[in-house]
Amino acid sequence: MAQITLKDLAHSYFANPKNDADFALKQMDHVWQDGGAYALLGASGCGKTTLLNIISGLVRPSQGRVLFGDRDVTDAGTAARNIAQVFQFPVVYDTMTVRENLAFPLRNRGMDPAYIKARVAAIAATIGMEATLNRKARGLTADAKQKISLGRGMVREDVNAILFDEPLTVIDPHMKWELRTQLKQLHREFGHTMIYVTHDQTEALTFADKVVVMYDGRVVQMGTPEELFETPAHTFVGYFIGSPGMNLLDATVSGQTAVVQGIELPLGDAYGLQQGRIQIGIRPEYCELSATDGLPIRINRVEDVGRHRIIRGEVAGSVLNVIAPEGAAIGADMTRVRFAPGRVNVYSDDWRVQGGPI
Amino acid sequence: MEKTQNNRAWFLVLPVLVIVAFSAVIPLMTVVNYSVNDTFGSNDFFWNGLGWFEEIVSSERMHSALGRQVLFSAIILSIEVPLGIFVALNMPKKGFWASFCLVLMSLPLLIPFNVVGTIWQIFGRVDIGLLGHTLAAIGVKYNYTNDALDAWVTIIAMDVWHWTSLVALLCYAGLQSIPQAYYQAARIDQASRWSVFRFIELPKMSGVLLIAVLLRFMDSFMIYTEPFVLTGGGPGNSTTFLSIDLVKMAIGQFDLGPAAAFSIMYFLVILLVSWVFYTVMTTLDKAETK
Repeated sequence: MAQITLKDLAHSYFANPKNDADFALKQMDHVWQDGGAYALLGASGCGKTTLLNIISGLVRPSQGRVLFGDRDVTDAGTAARNIAQVFQFPVVYDTMTVRENLAFPLRNRGMDPAYIKARVAAIAATIGMEATLNRKARGLTADAKQKISLGRGMVREDVNAILFDEPLTVIDPHMKWELRTQLKQLHREFGHTMIYVTHDQTEALTFADKVVVMYDGRVVQMGTPEELFETPAHTFVGYFIGSPGMNLLDATVSGQTAVVQGIELPLGDAYGLQQGRIQIGIRPEYCELSATDGLPIRINRVEDVGRHRIIRGEVAGSVLNVIAPEGAAIGADMTRVRFAPGRVNVYSDDWRVQGGPI
Repeated sequence: MEKTQNNRAWFLVLPVLVIVAFSAVIPLMTVVNYSVNDTFGSNDFFWNGLGWFEEIVSSERMHSALGRQVLFSAIILSIEVPLGIFVALNMPKKGFWASFCLVLMSLPLLIPFNVVGTIWQIFGRVDIGLLGHTLAAIGVKYNYTNDALDAWVTIIAMDVWHWTSLVALLCYAGLQSIPQAYYQAARIDQASRWSVFRFIELPKMSGVLLIAVLLRFMDSFMIYTEPFVLTGGGPGNSTTFLSIDLVKMAIGQFDLGPAAAFSIMYFLVILLVSWVFYTVMTTLDKAETK
């Protein structure tokens, strides 16, 4: 096991990339701590799978180095890196039985038969497939096959990291939850570095200690779920995490006030005078309808989602959502929206600006 | 729930039935007619029952032709199938060279059978042929017109040249349908090249391989034109396969009765073998799934 370092890494699928847009992964430096449980979150096509394949050695990066501990493994194959990877769609060896499938990675490495037997039994118990061990893998359902894939990923104990590429896409919701819990437990037990690619934020937030959000070939933020929620470093993070995502309004910011539509809003920190495209971002959770002060809002509809209500509205032509706690009154005269001052983030050209003390 | 049974769509196949009747059923029935009658021309028929069939079944000549035929098909299959798989595995997967290989591979399949025969007939000639003359020049005794073994080698080489492409192209199509993730998973699992072939490629190719083997079996079992052009069944009877013998009997000797009996049995044998083969392969497939 080792810390995985990506140094000046970038990747393009073109032989001679001309500009930034040709790069599937823009230049990045990134460190995956040994034993961490990471979720790699981002929209489809943002480079998550490419990054994963670079770490596992299936793809060689066009530039930069990959280090495992102090060892440079950029040119090493997957075998030398000793990494397990689970793919989005089930990959099973059809003509083998479930047992043979699970034993395959161990057998290829010439492990002791008694050890293989014990290991396969343990993994079969984890994925709940003891009863079907002697069946051919071919006739099984998609989620049973995916469980085998997961099992094959976890069967080796000595791996440097286990990479999951949206492994639960084909599994039904109930099983999804259970498997995720088991993965987490496995992580606690063995302490493997785990990197879990997904575009489902619930999955990411429940699985990982650290969530890495990617956008357009870049890592835009890495942090705890709480950090991602409270202080998104990029407007994409704000928009992507949370349901509904962060509200963004064009504004001018100077000192500790933001001005939207001629109305001054107090900010929790001092920002100086900001240049570029300035936006303020506020979570729907920290917005509140009011009859007296705040920005004028036009309410389009109110959705009751059980625990709370989502008010979908518009402020100065931009969409603004408000989450009202259960029981909160929504009166006909409440045509303004108020923000909790300390919860407003300021963005300049999509990147968060760190405020100073007042 | 009760489903309404309405099978009147059946009538839609009537036109096909009529066409098939004229193109296949009626000619076949005349063959059946010949096979149970004796005739001396002028449309006089004398009932002969199963006489011709008995004669053919116990005929020494037929036995040896059948033996040659089975040997030929067996050799062809055992060369073309592994070779086709090998070629398919080594073809480029995409880009210019993939298309180039595909076109190159299809070329032999597009050449008419008798032209293939002629090409090899000239190619192998000792006096002017590239192959025959070169072999003679370097001192190899080779003459397909008077050495049975040479004739066999030439015919087999010709058939391999002509048809391996078909097996290769079918396998190639099978290989192309394997998602990249399988190869990636195999690399992660540290599978050897042999394991990748044995556990990923071969199972995924089994469907097309079944078709390839079936096609190659039927075609090689019915082979006529190429050996006929190349050797005419000689030297002696050494390359007289079933269909060559059949034609000799039917139009050479004009023994219509025995020839008709022979062709019916020939047809039934191919049908039977293909059916058995197909059934065995598909039930094996099903048994594995369970």
